[in-house]
Formats: sequence, structure tokens, C-alpha cells
Amino acid sequence: MNKEHVLEMINITKEFPGVKALDNVQLKVKKGTVHALMGENGAGKSTLMKILIGIYTPDSGKIIFDGEELKVSAIKNALDKGISMIHQELSPIPNMTVAENIFLGREPSYKFGWVKAKELEEKTRKLFEKLEIDIDPKAKMSELSIANTQMVEIAKAISYNSKLIIMDEPTSAITEKEVHHLFKIIRSLKQEGVSIIYITHKMDELSQITDEVTVLRDGKYIGTKSSDQITKDELIEMMVGRELNQIFHKQQVEIKELALSVQQLSKKGKFENISFEVRKGEIVGIAGLMGSGRTEVLESVFGINPSDSGEIYVHGEKATIRSPRDAIRYGMGLLTEDRKLTGLFLPLSVQDNIITVTIEQYAKGGFLNEKKIREDCQRLSDQLAIKTPSLQQLIKYLSGGNQQKALIARWLLQDPDILFLDEPTRGIDVGAKSEIYNLIFDLAKKGKAIVVVSSELPEILGLSDRIIVMHDGKKTGELSREEATQERIMELATGELVTSGS
Amino acid sequence: MSSQVSIVNKQKKSKSAVSSKERVSRILHKYGMLMILIGLIILMSFLSPTFLTTGNLLNIVRQMSVVGIVAIGVTIVIITTGIDLSSGSVIALVSVVAASFAHPDTYPFFVPILIGLGLGLLTGVINGTIISKAKIAPFIVTLGMMTAARGAALLFSDGRPIGNLSDSFKFIGQGAVFGIPVPIIIFAFVGVISYILLNKTKFGKYVYAIGGNEHAAIIAGVNVDKYKVFVYGYAGLLSGLAGIVLTSRISSGQPTAGVMYELDAIAAAVIGGTSLAGGIGTIGGTIVGALIIGVMNNGLDLLNVSPYWQQILKGVIITVAVFIDSRKNRKS
Repeated sequence: MNKEHVLEMINITKEFPGVKALDNVQLKVKKGTVHALMGENGAGKSTLMKILIGIYTPDSGKIIFDGEELKVSAIKNALDKGISMIHQELSPIPNMTVAENIFLGREPSYKFGWVKAKELEEKTRKLFEKLEIDIDPKAKMSELSIANTQMVEIAKAISYNSKLIIMDEPTSAITEKEVHHLFKIIRSLKQEGVSIIYITHKMDELSQITDEVTVLRDGKYIGTKSSDQITKDELIEMMVGRELNQIFHKQQVEIKELALSVQQLSKKGKFENISFEVRKGEIVGIAGLMGSGRTEVLESVFGINPSDSGEIYVHGEKATIRSPRDAIRYGMGLLTEDRKLTGLFLPLSVQDNIITVTIEQYAKGGFLNEKKIREDCQRLSDQLAIKTPSLQQLIKYLSGGNQQKALIARWLLQDPDILFLDEPTRGIDVGAKSEIYNLIFDLAKKGKAIVVVSSELPEILGLSDRIIVMHDGKKTGELSREEATQERIMELATGELVTSGS
Repeated sequence: MSSQVSIVNKQKKSKSAVSSKERVSRILHKYGMLMILIGLIILMSFLSPTFLTTGNLLNIVRQMSVVGIVAIGVTIVIITTGIDLSSGSVIALVSVVAASFAHPDTYPFFVPILIGLGLGLLTGVINGTIISKAKIAPFIVTLGMMTAARGAALLFSDGRPIGNLSDSFKFIGQGAVFGIPVPIIIFAFVGVISYILLNKTKFGKYVYAIGGNEHAAIIAGVNVDKYKVFVYGYAGLLSGLAGIVLTSRISSGQPTAGVMYELDAIAAAVIGGTSLAGGIGTIGGTIVGALIIGVMNNGLDLLNVSPYWQQILKGVIITVAVFIDSRKNRKS
């Protein structure tokens, strides 16, 4: 038992159906320090934090917080113990005021729950004064900018007077000005003895604000280093490991004629003047931080949220795409970012999930040729090695990787010329990842034009012939496979943050 | 959470053991309500000597056929995560309009039938069009139709029943073929057609897809708006059919007919395993659900239980069915 550690998470293991999310992971945070937690998406950072605040229960392992073993079973519990978290995905209640949002669930009130509105407002005002935040406590959350919403979220986490605050990519949605403000707040928190776990993808924040860094990879603990001693290269090697060479077997493919050309595409508030081209047999990667507009560009080309201006050419001819139906008619396919939200039909069978796009092909006078459906789905299922007891199994019982394969099968059945893959390997294990990469290479070999969006730099680097980088809705660069490095991409993706330095 | 993980571990060790256990639970899922129906029938046969007679059993099905026809349409609507509250009022509207064309020696018997079906279809298409084009919640749109159609029925009939119907029209609700009442034949026919629609056609696949994940369906290129109009149109058509059967059976067009039928229909669908969360539901289940309500009503009548108690019991059963349904969904 070490007195100087405020938190010790030891040998934490957590398994989900089909994925070992955490395997004997440890994390030790010293009192009054900022501890960075780094790793690629899917490395297990979020799972580890969710265990700490009681959203998940670990299968095994021990958590010692502030000198005593922690048995958290609910978020409220964690808060009472002195752990609060700023979530990456903001979850304000839009129709309530700033003050009501901050003190939700612990409003100062009279007996019978009548809220003391004045006191609520006053407490918020004091909190904001202390943090030098200039936001009206009476404003509705829906009126705030994203950056201000993030600042409210930060203030809320601090208002619990916690001993440990977890910040999950707090700077992903705010501008440089607010970043400096946040860092100032963090430094004063440190002086008060508060410890902070700081999750980030931004290398330069490491030296600016953190004291130590722990790296996770594929659910495993890789190591803990002092922030001022570690170099970027060392860090990247810890995060990426050797898997880069191991799982990408990129083959030389002949790149042929132009398949898709996007010209000056703009959508207000989302992205501006985006142009790019994809050729048959080519894999083009789109890199950028969360909120940079990557997904929005794909959704726009595919007709989900059509653009305000700009032109799209398919095989050299101008295309009018107002809906996904149009896009599909032009020979496009889109594997969406969020499997559960926009891809899967959870209550339905694997087979019914695979045939959704192509049903028309099997319908004769409205009736379905079930034999042909079964044969085609079986063929694809075998080809992609989808692990399922039968095609009639409900898809919700499959692992993430197999669900993803079924969704890819859906588009393969349609046989599109142009395929958009948005985070094709999010939340699936390394084995399935490697299979999906090989599949993507195969498709390119067959002459498909492929666009991949991914937050995982090694994935983008390993797959792409060409990489387009976006920042804040704008295209900031285009790199050939030879020019592209993690650093170069991060520079372009972070925009002004790199030049600002520390 | 920890129990979920232990299941996974077990699965790795002995896949076959778990899958056979899973199979049993899936059979229970699938046929649970059918077993309850059979259990109810066996129970009632012991409690009342008149229950298990051909006459009484046919009577049960005949009485349930109107609500059953409506319930089949509502089931398809609910599978798409929608709801249709207008069925009962549409029945009333169709009832008075069809009756006014069904007087003896005026029009051939098929004229009121076609008019009734057309009117039902029209109300459904209006529901579906507003829901899909104006993006207003189905609950609100069909609540509006429920109120408006009831008003139209009262307006059309001046609030009075319309009697004096032709014998050929009355055959639909009162006749029998080979001893089987015509309403039962129509109910069965609707059941078979709807089963085929839902299971053998692309329409059916799209219905389940829209209910399973509407957003994913749009991205997969499904013309969600069009199919929603179809779905509500079909439900309206079946309400129209139910209105004709009912009018014929009671020998008059009633502007007050069909009150609460929409709720009985929804109850039948839910008891039959249709999930209000969408994507789950079968025609067979709904028919079983309707028969459970029918057997219960009939049995409690035979046992001289007061109709007040009957309503309370029905309420309890609906709630329990939904509770089981939500548990089922939570497990996954």
C-alpha cells in the first residue's frame, strides 16, 4: 500500500461477449498529479474508466482509492467517494438551465423537493467565478456553443469537489483559448491536491499538462512513464506496438480509372469546400480528429444529409444524390460508423440483416426466392468466416467482429463500385480486425474504389494509398502513402494546436 | 454483467449444452403464449361443462374475429414501432357508410363492401402519409384520426343507427359455410394473407427492418416513407373489413360501434408477443393473443364472473404480458 498514490487499479480484467476488453491492466495515479492515459481507440481506456466510476463491474482485479479498497456499484457511489468524470460525449439536458444541469440530482431544496432556485443560481455563479468561466447560469444549455457546453461539463465535474477527476478528451471540442483556460484550471486543481486522469490523443498535450503517462494497447497494460522523459517516437511505439507490420499485408494493386470525384462539397456548420477523388482499386483514407467532419462528408456524399453546395461525379458523370437510395443506385455502399445505431437490425436474424439492401433482387412479383437468399447468404457467410451457429441466429447474439462482418456482407451482396467504410474496425478484436483488413485489400484488388474513415492512425496508414486529412470541417492536406506518417497526419489534423506549442 | 460473462465462458467450454438450453428457452419464448392458451382451455373445460362444445368454441372465435382482424393490421403497424389508435372509430365510420349502401333492393351486396374497404384504406393512407411526410408521431396522428372518424360517423348518421340491411349483406356476419361462421372464415383468410405478406415478401422484410432500426433501413436504401403508407393503409383496410363484418353481424350501421376495439386489438398483439419497441411480432402470436382474450371473456361469462371483474383481470393480463416482453428484450 503506497501512501503517495491516490488511486491504484491492479490486475483489472474485463471480458465482453467475444472480446477481452481488459487483460490484467493496472493504473497507478499519484496524488496531486495529472496522469495521462493513452492508447488507440479500442485499447481499453474507456472501459477502464467506466469500471472506475461504476458503470461496469470488473471480472477480477482490485481498486484502491484514497487508502481503501473501492467497491463501486453505481455512478452515484463513485461520486460520493470523490471520483467524477468529464465524459467525451457531452450529455447536457438541452431544455434546462446551466445551473440546473450542473446540480442535477443534488439541487439545494426544501423538504418535499421544492428547489431553492436562488441558491442554485448563486452556487453556480460562485463556481463559475472561481473557475473564471463567463457563462450565464440562467442560460438554457441549448443556447450554448459546443465549447461552452464542454466548459459547463468541466465545471460540473469540478463542482463535486472530487479528489480525482477523469477527463476524457476534454479538448476535442474546444478552441485554443478554452484549452489554455482549461489548463489553468487543471494547474490550480493540482495545487489543491486534486488528481486528474487525462485521456488524450494529442501528443503535445502530454508535455504541456501531464506528469505521467500510462499506455494501454489491445486491452493490455504496456507501461507507465514520466511525461517529460518520454519521446513521441517511444510513445507511438508503445501505443502501436509491432502490430502495424503484422496485420497489414498490403498488396500492390493496379489503380485504374476515376470512380468518384467530389468537388467543392460544403455543408454549413459541418464542412467546407471538400474535394477528393477515388480511383478503381484505390483505397483513400480520411483522417481527422473527432468532430473534424470526416463522417459528415461521407454521410453527405451518400445522401443521408445532402450537401448545400458542391458536385459529385460518379464514373465521370454528374450525380444527383438526395437520399441513400440514390447513392445505392449509383453503385455506392456505406458501412456506417456506429454499428448499433445505424447499421444493425438487432431484433432480426443474421440473414435478414445481410439481405436488406438487396431484397429487390430476390423478389419476383413481391414474393421472395428464399432458396436463393439462403444460398447467397451462406456463400458470403463462409467467405467472410462469420461465426454464427446458423443464419437464422439473431444478430444481437453475435460478437462485434461478426456483426461487423455481417454488415460488410450486406454491402458485398449489393456489390457496389464505390464503398465507404466509416470506422470499419471500431470495437472489435485484433483477430477480426486483421480479417477485415484483408477483405478490404481483396475488394481493392477487385477494382472497387474504397474510402476509409478511421480514428486509428495505424489503420489509416496501413490501409490507404492516399490520405486526406481534415481539421475543423476543412481539408488540411493530402498525403501519399510514402509521405504519410503519424506525426504528419497529427500535425494536419490538429491544425493550430501544433504550431502553438507549449 | 458478471453473469453474462460466465455465460460466455460456459459457451466456450460446452457449446452444445448451452445451445440446447437456449433452444428450450427459445421454444418457451415462441410458444409460451400458445401454451397459456391451451392451459386456459383445459382449465375452462374442467370448470364449465358447456365450454368445450363445438358451438361454444365457434362462438368464441366468431366473437373475436372482428377484433382479431383489426389486431392483425395493428400488429404490422406495431412491428414498425408505430401504433394505430384509429381502428375503433374507423370501424364506426365504415359501419354507417357501408350500411347506408346495404339496404335491400338498392345496390348489389358487393357495393357496400367495396365502399367500406375503400374508406378504411383511405383513412389508413391518410394516417400513413401524415406520419411519414409530416414526421408527426403515429400516436398523435392516429389519435387525431380516431377523434375525426368518430365525429364523421356521427355526422354521417346524424347520431342514429342505420338499419334495414339486405340479407345478402347480413350473410357476411351471420352466415355460415359448411357450419363454419363466415366471420371466422374471413378472419382465417386475413390471417393467412397477412402471414404470407409478412414472411414471404419483401414488404414483410422491410416492415421488420423499419421496426428493427429505421435509421439503418434508410441507409440500406429502404423507401421507409412509402412502406409506412403501405403499413397504415393495410391496417386501415383491415379496420374497414372489420367494420363490414361487425355491421353485418349486428344488422345495423352504428356510429357508436367499435369503441375501445383499438385497445383490445393492441392488447391482443402485445399479449401475442409483439414488441412495442418494434421489430418483433408475428401474426400467429397475435391470433393466439386474440384467442386468449376471447377464451377469457367467454370463460368468465360462463362462470358468471361480473363484467367489472373481467375488465380488471384483462388489465392485469395485459400488464403482465408487457412485463414479460420487456424482460425478454432486456436479457439481450
